[in-house]
Amino acid sequence: MSSSVLENQPVAEEPQRPRKHYLNAAHTVGSWLFTTDHKRIAIMYLISIVIFFAVGGIAAAFIRAELTSPRGIMLSNDNYNKMFTLHGVVMIFFFLIPSIPAVFGNFFIPMAIGARDLAFPRLNLLSWYLYMIGGLFAVLAMILGGVDTGWTFYTPYSSMYSQSQVVLTIMGAFIAGFSSIATGINFIVTIHKMRAPGMTWFRLPLFVWSHYATSLVIILGTPVVAITLLLVVVERVLHIGIFDPKLGGDPVLFQHLFWFYSHPAVYIMILPGLGVISELISTFSRKRVFGYHFVAFSSMAIAGLGFLVWGHHMFIAGQSMYQGMVFSILSFLVAVPSAIKVFNFTATIYKGHVSLDSPMIYAMSFLGLFTIGGLTGLYLSSMATDVHLTDTYFVTAHFHYIMVGGAISAFMGALHYWWPKMTGRMYPELWGKLAALLMFLGFNLTFFPQFILGFLGNPRRYHYYYLQPELQIYHILSTAGATVLALAYLLPVFYLVWSLFFGPKASSNPWGASGLEWRTASPPITQNFEETPIVTWEAYDYSSVPDLKEEAEKQAQPPTPVGG
Amino acid sequence: MAIEATQGAVHEHTAAVAAQDEHGPVHHQFEDIEQQNESYIVGMWAFLVTEIMFFGALFLAYAVYRWKYPLVFIEAHKMLDIPLGLTNTFILLTSSFFVVLAVHYHKLNRRKLAATWLFLTVLCAFGFLVIKGFEYGHKFKVGHVPGPNFTFELPASASPEAKEQVTVERAQLFFGLYFAMTGLHGIHVLVGILILTPLAFMILKGHHHVVDDYIPTEMAALYWHFVDVVWIFLFPLFYLIPLH
Repeated sequence: MSSSVLENQPVAEEPQRPRKHYLNAAHTVGSWLFTTDHKRIAIMYLISIVIFFAVGGIAAAFIRAELTSPRGIMLSNDNYNKMFTLHGVVMIFFFLIPSIPAVFGNFFIPMAIGARDLAFPRLNLLSWYLYMIGGLFAVLAMILGGVDTGWTFYTPYSSMYSQSQVVLTIMGAFIAGFSSIATGINFIVTIHKMRAPGMTWFRLPLFVWSHYATSLVIILGTPVVAITLLLVVVERVLHIGIFDPKLGGDPVLFQHLFWFYSHPAVYIMILPGLGVISELISTFSRKRVFGYHFVAFSSMAIAGLGFLVWGHHMFIAGQSMYQGMVFSILSFLVAVPSAIKVFNFTATIYKGHVSLDSPMIYAMSFLGLFTIGGLTGLYLSSMATDVHLTDTYFVTAHFHYIMVGGAISAFMGALHYWWPKMTGRMYPELWGKLAALLMFLGFNLTFFPQFILGFLGNPRRYHYYYLQPELQIYHILSTAGATVLALAYLLPVFYLVWSLFFGPKASSNPWGASGLEWRTASPPITQNFEETPIVTWEAYDYSSVPDLKEEAEKQAQPPTPVGG
Repeated sequence: MAIEATQGAVHEHTAAVAAQDEHGPVHHQFEDIEQQNESYIVGMWAFLVTEIMFFGALFLAYAVYRWKYPLVFIEAHKMLDIPLGLTNTFILLTSSFFVVLAVHYHKLNRRKLAATWLFLTVLCAFGFLVIKGFEYGHKFKVGHVPGPNFTFELPASASPEAKEQVTVERAQLFFGLYFAMTGLHGIHVLVGILILTPLAFMILKGHHHVVDDYIPTEMAALYWHFVDVVWIFLFPLFYLIPLH
């Protein structure tokens, strides 16, 4: 189906006066800042998250510009350390972790299950405020001189030696942690208790399943890192040195506690992305997701196994060989459910009526990049190869393929896919496709050279590489790619904002998708549905979509095939 | 952190919404009171899971160091005041009983009795904190607080193995854990007071969000039981380490 066909159709039920919906229900600033509407909170999250993404992106730009020369050209050693720390802290704690759950999960979980709101709307609002307060702490730390510990805050450097704003930054991450705990609890309760009549567990869209798995990881993992980071603060401020080697404390214990959360945290970042991809692949292939149950349970398996692999971050940190072997095997195991997803998504596309609208291009990019990111992860979970590759650009490239190529592709795909529902406007499809393709190209140009850099032994986080000046070409390629990537991220800002004012009005279901959120008006009313829907169809059952029936009837005269 | 706990309890409620709502205490996002109550219960348990993980990291640190330095833990724990710790244990157990009574009478819709038992629970919580304060104060006096002024002396009667393993630094590690864990627990007791006191007043005044149904009271009580259970683990781990 080409979207332009539906875009141009006049919306039949357009009344004379503008229809009331959640965006124009009230106009004061207070109606936004004190709203308990999950949709408005999601929009506030979207705006704030994009701002943090820009901050983290600017830091990345400095890093890439600096590395074009083997001797450094603009930043001092100290500032370079602070810059990559800023990049890591902002991107992880203030962009990736909240990104898809807090924006699209917040907006669409209640809609996808047929609820009026999340179970605890005020808790939801509180989570946004906590996120903003945490973010302000991090920004304040940056203004007051920045942090140089890396986003991992390894002790004893962070607790005893670093002269930078460790306490403020950690407090920022700590507070943001409670924001994500609040979101996690809210999602779990909502998915358990707020489903519409007939919406059984196995009729849930896979987007909801993946958020359920994500929420479990959030509530089990985040408190651990919260207390661990708090102990670092306590050590700096009150001299209660739980990790202090001078007292006989164990800095590796910090690493264990830190990675117990922070490895599952990568699943907090990628699982919602996989959920988004389930929706996109199914909608734009016009097919039920192949092996629905397997994809649903693979989310749960990833969430469960994800808690058992943290030790692979510490193969060279002095843990025992046997510990390393166990963590290595378990890390290989977690590849299985991830592979199930990729294979099932591919099987969904196979023989589907594929339409390459921009969300689908993002979804396809995701599949390729996530696969490369996942497979290179196996090199790092084998102890023998990890000794060579750990702490090199290979690791950087690996997790950027998952985090940027995976999570951000999914974020952009979700943004385009749900944009008509959130705003009631269509974005310009041509520009959307252009940005999606640019992102794919720019991304690969940025990060593929880093695999080679890492393999050649370039350590990550180093300011200089003048002992290996032959590496410069790869760094220059990478920086060139980053420039294209930056352009690909900037473009949507312009055309999406443009579409808010000049975009054609979106119908309630411009993609012909099957989810419940597409069976109510665009943009939805504050209560989401005129009346509580009763679900009588399976997930991704395209024959149940009312718009599609009409569309099929209309298209019976001009022979435009669905999916053409 | 107490926010989730107070979800059902402390509502600044908007009169306009409730007036339109025929169910009264049912919030707009719920279909009926059952759905609302079940949501509160699932939410509260999910919150308690996060709390367990929160303390869990500290318990893990405790386990690692006790495994590594068993003699340090034996020698250092002798400096803790068992009678005071035991008194506090009884106070907390009693308070848990009181809060059960409060829920019981709330179920029977006897609001004055429910509020009374809640106030007695809060009284116990204050008693716990006062005794804990005396314990901390004593630690400050004798220099058992981690930091530059920390002192620790092994009794002359200590075994040669103990003399070899126990150092001032490692004893400081023990007291670091002691203050971190009992301190975090103390903060939870304080939060408990901040939840239970307004709840008791709201029940007395007949605030309809807490008197139409006993679930908010039960949720607050659940939190209080959790605080109690944490102490049940902390007390033997710090005060009652076997001597051999």
